[in-house]
Amino acid sequence: MNIVVCVKYVPDAQGDRTFKDDNTTDREGVDGLLSELDEYAVEAALKLKESGEGEVTVVTVGPEAAADAVKKSLQMGADKGVHVCDDAIHGSDAAATSLLLAEAIKKSGEYDLVLAGLASTDGTMSVVPAMLAERLGLPQVTQVSTLEVEGGTVKGRRDSDVASDTIEASLPALVSVTDQINEPRYPSFKGIMAAKKKPVETWSLADLGVDAERVGLAGSWTKVTSFAKRPPREKGEIVTDEGDGGTKLAEYLAAQKFV
Amino acid sequence: MTPHAALNALTGIDGLLSEEERDLASMVRKYADDRLRPHLADWFEAGDLPAREIAKDLGGLGLLGMHLDGYGCGGSSATAYGIACLEMEAADSGLRSLVSVQGSLAMTAIHKFGSEEQKQEWLPKMAAGDAIGCFGLTEPDFGSDPAGMRTRARRDGDDWVLNGAKMWITNGTVADVAIVWAQTDARIRGFVVPTDTSGFEAREVKHKMSLRASKTAELSFTDLRLPGSAILPEVKGLRGPLSCLSEARFGIVFGAMGAARDCLETALEYADTRKVFDKALGGYQITQMKLADMALELTKGVLLALHLGRLKDGGGITNEQVSLGKLNNCREAIKIARECRTILGANGITLEYPIIRHANNLESVMTYEGTSEVHQLIIGQALTGSSAFR
Ligand SMILES: Cc1cc2nc3c(=O)[nH]c(=O)nc-3n(C[C@H](O)[C@H](O)[C@H](O)COP(=O)(O)OP(=O)(O)OC[C@H]3O[C@@H](n4cnc5c(N)ncnc54)[C@H](O)[C@@H]3O)c2cc1C
Repeated sequence: MNIVVCVKYVPDAQGDRTFKDDNTTDREGVDGLLSELDEYAVEAALKLKESGEGEVTVVTVGPEAAADAVKKSLQMGADKGVHVCDDAIHGSDAAATSLLLAEAIKKSGEYDLVLAGLASTDGTMSVVPAMLAERLGLPQVTQVSTLEVEGGTVKGRRDSDVASDTIEASLPALVSVTDQINEPRYPSFKGIMAAKKKPVETWSLADLGVDAERVGLAGSWTKVTSFAKRPPREKGEIVTDEGDGGTKLAEYLAAQKFV
Repeated sequence: MTPHAALNALTGIDGLLSEEERDLASMVRKYADDRLRPHLADWFEAGDLPAREIAKDLGGLGLLGMHLDGYGCGGSSATAYGIACLEMEAADSGLRSLVSVQGSLAMTAIHKFGSEEQKQEWLPKMAAGDAIGCFGLTEPDFGSDPAGMRTRARRDGDDWVLNGAKMWITNGTVADVAIVWAQTDARIRGFVVPTDTSGFEAREVKHKMSLRASKTAELSFTDLRLPGSAILPEVKGLRGPLSCLSEARFGIVFGAMGAARDCLETALEYADTRKVFDKALGGYQITQMKLADMALELTKGVLLALHLGRLKDGGGITNEQVSLGKLNNCREAIKIARECRTILGANGITLEYPIIRHANNLESVMTYEGTSEVHQLIIGQALTGSSAFR
């Protein structure tokens, strides 16, 4: 079974978050890493590969430094990588990114399953997997916490506050997974050494045959017009217990719609 | 900037590492931060740790016997192994001890001096962390001077019969196999002893105030019968255990600097946030002097470690050179730990912070694998040509 995993390179959440003059996230001047939520997708792919046979290809769209996200996935055990990298991509929104991913996946060869994470840890929109499924004409099984492949079908469970849905689709399909699905492995020393020899393709827009007008800041349908730091948290309210502390607390929580 | 990034920016040492070495360091650091660090204070307080689980994890990461070739081992450079030791010891010297005793002592003894059957039987499962090893050289009455050991192996037909006791044996109570060094009629020889052999006993050493997140045992052998094939065939005399010790010392040269770095990073963070007499502790000259001096010693120690690593990878390291590193880096690490403790005031003595744990651990690290005095004597002998051991 051939599995493609979409992975994203994101700024390290431990560091300071900065934006560029054009309101896009600064991805070059800061330390970055493979989005932690994508590690679950890579792990899910590796588990499937280990239980049968096949190959795991990771695909990323991003600046030069994003090669790191591919490398980390290869160190974990993926077999090959694709990095879509072109100056003209800068500022692409979710829809434009999904176009690039779709073209890269088509170019990368035959596939049975496309995996993605729950959301990126920087943009946190969770829309790319759905857009990508649409572009590839695949059934989409999103945000599942379990994943099984049997014969020609894929099955997963999506947990929500009120119910758990079990969703099944025929392959090829796109599946996005949550952080409940598994515990991603650490790259091993052998994995780190082996990754050096694994093939990574770097493709430009021209390689993908995508017109620069359809991506980047200009080609995106949405753009960030301004941003502001979240205001500092307001001082909390102190409930003084005069024998009715419990009641007051309950009233407060009810007023805030917490209960 | 985090203290870690600030130290790196100051020293530029990351630039001396290859990309893979940096990736290895961050992998081990991340594993230790996620899985070990949250439990260290509790393990230290309890004097107990889930050694088997941890060994299994470390096997999965490829850190056990990682510098050995074949038999499921990693085949890494010496420097890469050192870097892994440094990151493990930044968590706790006890965990680095687990890695050292397994990889540098027990596995190295089998790898260097074992028969093909011994290698096939033990190395793959030890590399995977499915079997744990220990290394018994020290005895209650013979530490720095192991030549005087009283443990004896007597030939009986094709078998060997072992009697005696070993003391301070790391992993002794959790081990599946013990490498035991014993006096024979001829020379000192090594034996591969499965710990379920009748006549083998391991008792935990209690009341340690150092290396509490590590198991230490007293081993005793009472008419312990081994087949002839249990002897390590390829070495006779003290050269056997001493060459394994040299491997483990090499890991400590790096490791000790990990403990020191963790202390300094903690102190940097603390000095930044702790206000005394109305301003941050880090803003006072006395504090800055301490921090600067410690950063300097840390840098020198890591540079020495890397220098020795490159020498070893080039094939030309001597035991005296390893002694230089062991002496300096243990001595400076414990000084750094104690100085950092002063910066944290009372908080420095609790297990809330890693510092007192590191400082206490480093007392053992300075003592095992050759005390500082022993290394001074080794270096002194190399310089003067005259042995002052006796
Ligand atoms: C936590 C821990 C774990 C250990 N794990 C292991 C293990 O796994 N396997 C193992 O075999 N051993 C292990 N050891 C033992 C360790 O290697 C010995 O403690 C060490 O070699 C010192 O021996 P000793 O304690 O008998 O001290 P001694 O040799 O009695 O030394 C006492 C003092 O005398 C000094 N001294 C000794 N000789 C001279 C001299 N010629 N001139 C001047 N001063 C001298 C020493 O430097 C020291 O200061 C461990 C020890 C500890 C604390």
